[in-house]
Parts: sequence; C-alpha cells; structure tokens
Amino acid sequence: MRRRTSLPSLQGRGSRGGCERAGSTPVSERAAQGVEKARLRLATHPRPLPCREGRSLLALLLACLALLASTPASAETIAITGGRVVVGDGSEPIDGGTVLIRDGRVVAAGAGLSVPAGATVVDASGRWVTPGIVAGFSRIGLVEVDAVDASNDVQANGSPFSAAIDVAPAVNPQAASIAVSRAAGITRAVVAPATARSIFAGQGAVIDLGGDMDAITRARAFQFIELGEEGASEAGGSRASAHVLLRNALREARDLRAPIGGGGSRQRSASEPPPEDLEENPYLLPDARRSDDVLLTRFDAVALVPVLQGRQLLLVHVERASDILQTLALKREFPRLRLVLVGASEGWRVAERIAAAGVPVIANALEDLPESFEQLAATQSNVGRMRSAGVEVGIGMINDDEARNVRVTTQYAGNLVAIGRVPGHSGLSWNEAFAAISARPAEALGLGAEIGSLRPGRRADVVIWDGDPLELATAVEAVWIDGVRQSLENRQTQLRERYRQPQEGALPHAYDRR
Amino acid sequence: MKHRRAAAALAVALLAACANPESQAQSASAQPPPAPRYEPPADPYPSTYRAYPGAPTAITGATVYDGEGGRIDNGVVVMVDGRIQAVGGPDTPIPDGAVRIDGTGRWVTPGVIDVHSHLGDYPSPGVEAHSDGNEVTGPVRPEVWAEHSVWPQDPGFSRALANGGVTTLQVLPGSANLFGGRAVTLRNVPARTMQQMRFPGAPRGLKMACGENPKRVYGGRNQMPQTRMGNIALMRQTWQRAAEYRTRRARDANTPRDLALETLAEVLDGDILVHNHCYRADEMAIMLDMAREFGFRIANFHHAVEAYKIPDLLRDSETCASMWADWWGFKMEAYDAINENIPLVHNAGACAIVHSDDPNGIQRLNQEAAKALADGRRMGIAIADEVAWRWLSYNPARALGIAEETGSLRAGKRADVVLWNGDPFSVYTRPQQVWIDGALLYDMNDPQRRPVSDFELGQPGEGDVK
Repeated sequence: MRRRTSLPSLQGRGSRGGCERAGSTPVSERAAQGVEKARLRLATHPRPLPCREGRSLLALLLACLALLASTPASAETIAITGGRVVVGDGSEPIDGGTVLIRDGRVVAAGAGLSVPAGATVVDASGRWVTPGIVAGFSRIGLVEVDAVDASNDVQANGSPFSAAIDVAPAVNPQAASIAVSRAAGITRAVVAPATARSIFAGQGAVIDLGGDMDAITRARAFQFIELGEEGASEAGGSRASAHVLLRNALREARDLRAPIGGGGSRQRSASEPPPEDLEENPYLLPDARRSDDVLLTRFDAVALVPVLQGRQLLLVHVERASDILQTLALKREFPRLRLVLVGASEGWRVAERIAAAGVPVIANALEDLPESFEQLAATQSNVGRMRSAGVEVGIGMINDDEARNVRVTTQYAGNLVAIGRVPGHSGLSWNEAFAAISARPAEALGLGAEIGSLRPGRRADVVIWDGDPLELATAVEAVWIDGVRQSLENRQTQLRERYRQPQEGALPHAYDRR
Repeated sequence: MKHRRAAAALAVALLAACANPESQAQSASAQPPPAPRYEPPADPYPSTYRAYPGAPTAITGATVYDGEGGRIDNGVVVMVDGRIQAVGGPDTPIPDGAVRIDGTGRWVTPGVIDVHSHLGDYPSPGVEAHSDGNEVTGPVRPEVWAEHSVWPQDPGFSRALANGGVTTLQVLPGSANLFGGRAVTLRNVPARTMQQMRFPGAPRGLKMACGENPKRVYGGRNQMPQTRMGNIALMRQTWQRAAEYRTRRARDANTPRDLALETLAEVLDGDILVHNHCYRADEMAIMLDMAREFGFRIANFHHAVEAYKIPDLLRDSETCASMWADWWGFKMEAYDAINENIPLVHNAGACAIVHSDDPNGIQRLNQEAAKALADGRRMGIAIADEVAWRWLSYNPARALGIAEETGSLRAGKRADVVLWNGDPFSVYTRPQQVWIDGALLYDMNDPQRRPVSDFELGQPGEGDVK
C-alpha cells in the first residue's frame, strides 16, 4: 500500500493574495490547490487572516474575529485559568493552575500566577490544560489518500535522489489529516519520508498542525535511514550491504571538496562546518571537485554533510536488538553523528547499552507481535523497560497509520499506563506517559526548548481537554498553536452534521451545509 | 530438487488414480457396474473442539454487563460445567465448592467476538510463506475456505485473548475477489489443528467484496471486473449460475459437483451467511437489492465506513454493519469516515458491530467501542455503557449465527467470560481473567495461564508479557 510507482505532479496554482483559508474547506477544493511551500525559519510567524469566498458570512466573520483576536502580532496576552495543568515534561499535574501566553509563547504555567491586566482570560475550571501532543514519528501532511498515488508523497520510487530529498515542499498544510489530527489535540509532528531505492529516505521536517499555510517548524530537521530488514532490502538484499552503503555514503560526504578559494583561502573538507556567511553551499559551487569513484549523486552526498558534522540528526529505523547495537556502534567510526533510534521493538533487550550511548528512541507504543523476524521479542513493555533503564523514549507511529491516524497517540500512551497494573509488565507512570507524547519526542528531535512542554519560552501550543487527555472518552475543547486559537472543524465533523438525520428533508443533503 | 519433488507428487497422484475404483471402472469398460454413489459428509473438516475442563466458578461483587444491554451492579456470575449457570444480584445462589472470585471494583462481560479477523491466515511473522489469506487468482473464488489456511500457531491468537478478551472470532478470506471464499468461526483456544478451534455448529460464512479492491486487482490485469459496474455484473452472473446449479442439483443428484457453486448454493439455501466487505453507502444499497434479486440475505456489511449514511436501509433489511471506530482515509472508499458512525447506526435501530480486521486492533476492540460511544454521546446520542457492549459480543454473535450459544451472559450459554480489572471502556483497563467454555485460559496474575505458541518457543521474549 505504501509503495509508489509514479511521482505526483506538483503544480502550484499560486496563493490567493494573502487571503488564505482557515481549517474547514471541502476536499474538492483542496485537491485543486497545489502545494506551495517555502522554507521557513524557526520563528513565530504571523498567521494570515482567513478570508476566502464561499463561506457563510457569519462563519467567516466569527473565524476572522477569532483569528484577529489571537494573532501574535497583536501582542495579546492569554491566561488560561483554573484547569489541571500538565506541563508535559514528566512533572506532576498542577491543579487550579494558570497558563500564560504572550506573543505566541508560553510565559509561565503553574499555580499562583497572577493574571496580567488586559489579558484575555479563558476559564478552564474542571478541565485539563496541556501542551499540544507531538507526534514523534509520522507522515502527516504527505498523504491525502494513501491508495491514491497522486496524493501520496511519502516515497519516490522513480527518483534518482535519496538523501537529498527534502519533504518540506511536499507537506500540504491543508491535508484533511492535519485538521482531523488537530481536533484530537495533535499540534506538532515529526514528518519523515520513506525509503524507495536506497537506505536513505531523505530529510524530514517538524511541522505544526495549524490551520494556515505555514506548516514547517523546522525543515530538514533530520535524515531518515533504514538499517533493518527494510534497509537490507533497499541495499540489494542484505544488512551487510546496507552498512557498506552507509559507510560509503558518509565517506563520499566527507571527501567532498569545496573549490579552492570558494570557501575561503584554503581547501576545505566536509568534516568541518562550512563558513556561516556563504550564500551557497560550497560543495555545490561550479568548480567544487569530487572523486570519480562515487555512487551517490552530488546532491545526495552534499545532503549528508550536516549528518556527518552532527549538525543534522540521523534517525535510524531498526527493530532487532543486534541491529540496534550495530547502529550505536556507528558512533565509534563517526563520533559526531547525532543518532536517534526509530522503532526499536527489541530495544528492551539492549536497553542499558542504548542508555549508555545517550541515544534517544522514538518507539511504537504497543507493538507486541513478532510481525517480522526483527521483532521477535516485541512486547508492550518495551517502552517502559527502556525508560526504566534510563533511555529517553518518545512515542511515534512507525508503519502504523502514520499518515492519517496519529490521533490515537493519546490512546497508545494511556495503554502504557494500563499495563503498569498487569504483573510482569513495565508500563509508564501517567506523567511519563504524557511526556512520551509531548516533551520526549520534542527533545529527541532537538526541539525541547521550542515545543513539547508548557515551560517558559516554549511555543504556545496548548490544548484544553474535557477530562484526562489519555482517556478514551475525553475530547479536545480548544487548541492553540503558536498562541493562535485553532478551528476544530474538519470534513469529518461536517459529514457528521450533515448525516445527523440520514433521511433527506425538503432538499437533498447536498444542500445541507453549516 | 524441485523436479524430483514434482515427479514424486505425480507418481503419488497416479497411484491414487489407479487405486480409485471409479476411475478404473471408467477406463475398463463401457458398461460399468453401478458404483455406489459417494455421499460426501454434510460437514467435512468437522469441528473437533472440546471444551477444556474448568472448575465451578463464581465471580461476585462485580459490575456485570450481560452483553444484551443489561447491567447488574454488585452482580454475581456463576459458571458450571462450561456453561453460565446463573447471572444475578448479590443473593444469587453459589454452588458449594465453587471457586469464588472477588470482583469488587471490577467488571464482568461476555467474551469479545470479532467478526472480522485474518489471524491464522495472515499470521505473524508476516512473511511471504505465511501469506495465506487471499486466493487472488480469480475474481470468483467461492470454492476456497479460509479455514484451510488457518495456522493455529499464529501468536496473534494469544494476544487477542490476553489483551483483548477475545473468545470467538471469524476468520475470513481477503477482499481482492468479489467472492473470496468461505469464512470460519473459531473458538480462541490454542490448538494443534484448525478443527480443534472450529466453533461447533457455527454456520460458515461467505466473503464477498464490493468496491475498489476487486476492480483494482483484476482491472489491473485487464480482466473483469475493472469497474464498479463490472463488479456488480460479474456478481450477478455468478449468482445466476449458482441458482441454476442449485436447481440442477435438486433435480438430478448426479449433476457434477462444482465446489465453487456449491458454496453459493448453500448461501441460497440459507446455510451460509454472507459477510460483505463494502465501504460505501451507495454500494451497500446496490448489494441489498442484489440480495433481493437472487434470494439471499446479507448478514453483515464489513468495513461499513459509510453506514451512517444509510442506517435506515440497514435497519429495514436487518443487516448488521461492522465498523471501525476511527480508521479512515487509506483509500477513496474510506475517505468519508466519521467517528460517530457506530453510534449513529445503533441509534437508528440497526445492528452495529465493532470489528478489527487487524491483529493489533483485535487486542483493543473494547477501547474502539469506548471511543465511538463517547463521540456519539457528544453529538447527543445517549447510549449506556452496558448497551454499547452489544457491539462487542451480542451483535457479532447474531451476525455469525451463534447467538444461541454465546455473546451474552444468559443461563445455559457457553461460559465465555472476561473479568476486567476495571471499567472496560477505560484505557487503563485490561483483562484480568478470561474463560472460554468455563475453562480459565488467561490469568494476568499467573504466568502459567499465558499461552505461548510453538513459534515463540526458544525465541527471544518467549513467555514474556506481551
């Protein structure tokens, strides 16, 4: 199902002159809209106003007012008061706490905070207030319908490139899954491409799930590679080949030579960072030199330079205990690699060694079947056992409905609490379980100072829930992303309203719109 | 090596042919002596399931959902000789010598029944050699039986038992074909053979599939069906052939046996229940008309993602809809999924079922029901927890034709019982103990009551909590 045979055509139709949409738009229009994505800085960006034609005047007015009222540029201060506040870093919830937001950032969260004069006060009494959920591994925004090839940008079987692939231009902020997931309290997601004809999938991004056109929180946040069964298959049939391909690729990146004079007065090698003031990457300049003895395209080799230098994370999907150890061993040869393990179903078997290496893990929460020979020891206790051994573990959805259904992340975390009551199992405490879907994945991606918790200075991604956020019956009541109140509407909620009464009235359902 | 094996197989076949008196007779003379007509057994591959022994057991003080919509607080459930003996309030008599289990603060429900599983047919590990769930070789394959692919050593059965409280499941063939073959209902017990798992007396099912899968798979081979109208045309043509075959067989017992049409004739006889993979509302409506055209009944639409658009049609035709809580969008026909599908179907008076189609999902069907229930309540559909449990046991039992035997806690029924260590609609709850026919087959406090399949022996993680 995930396999692709052809590249979709990406034909942007251009934006509508600063008049972009908010959350809920019929899909037919979405499909007609091309992907338009610019590289964005890691900074608060002002949200555009939702003012497009085709909505009822009232809804339009309300939406515009709501956004106007909360646009960070207005320097508004918001105080969410009276709720049970979960900071998201593993600390105890604070009853009757206040979350203060200003200019799209968290000012403070806790008890006994005074509400500044002029602040917009949101009463959250009897509610839970948490940071938005961070989906630790996903393909959200890359897919509209998995089985519709043209709407699926997860992988590129026909591409000549691998490591150079950058998902950022493919992320569609108006994919239905973004609005649907946002309504379930997911505010940020790690978005990875999938491998096609190489062990290198390419560079993934961290995105927000806001209802505007600017989704990218950090482009090229990491390189994603496969080193287990999948990697062996992409490498021609064996893990040994995958490891040689990896080493060769890093060697080709290391051996890149900037042109003499191009990056300064002397010849530079890729093992040292390029100078900050260079407009262009020196290894791509016209007279940059390179050995003839290479497998990778120049673009792919250049893309691996920041990995080699430790400036870009290397996310490695492995499941088997021995594959995990082989991955950790890469640090001996390439000491500057900043590794993150993805998957690691058998991580509990080598948990102490993962902890000793200081490598964080993004794991599936509930994998408990020997679905492959690299997951024979899979158990729902994996996350809890790794955590007990001192491993930093966040939860992701690895090959598990990761393009559309990251909204079950809270349910998964709740299950890890549940097994704590089953003898022999290792679960997580509630606080740790919540951190595993907020601060931990953010920290694993090097963004702990930006997202994933309500600690001061973090981006104001805040969710109000009508109960325990990990519980099945709980719903989201309000979501802010970067301090901007978000719509919780989507085409699913619209279909629900249309079919509240299945029988037609005076006119067919096609005339029923809210 | 391969050649040698093929030659050996041919030799065996020849020997068998020589040993077969019928084929000898045909080749020997033009005037064969009247051979005694062979009557196949009415139920080939019959169930050899035997209930495992269990002690008379009484659970007291628990919140009991009876599976049909009833609830008893501080309730008592008594199991004797593999059957439910009594379900009632705190003064329910408990036989002398019965094992007493304190269910205070816990919940008792009927075992969960999954109407849509491929456990055994697509087992773990999911390697090519284990891919036995779909005979994709033609769009009409009613002659294959899912039970003939079931690998009883699939570790997934034990996960469904221990984490999901699943005591009965239907294993279906896959959905590439319009007619995918016969489905089988299994008791979720570890066994050496499939026959030891077959639910005694349970009717078999026929898997049919609408929509994208058949037209994609066969259309991609430039053969029929390539369109939805092609799907319907080939289905109708096949039903017509089945009706004619059935008439011929009734008239002339010597009509050559056709195993494919035989399955369909048994559907027309009402002995096999139709389970129809069908996502879209408009296609379900067409299938209901087709059933009327050829005189069969559809017991259950599976993956009925758009059931909420036609709950009136489902109610009026007494057809169940089996649904996920929140799976959506993986293909076009799943694009219009909504979270309130299950409660909307229930609320219209139709038969709603939560199903899995997945070795992971089957471990959390109670949680899927809980999500749907909560979403329904938020849109104003008030359904009590104990009523929602019908989606997990009684309605699936009806759809499988086994409601007389299981699916609710009624005196005389099979003692398929789950004791949950809390509210089963909470994410924090797991099965504490699971009984099948009164035999304790899972106990979270007892590592000895945790099945370990042959495949898992000697592997990393053998016997671990899962």
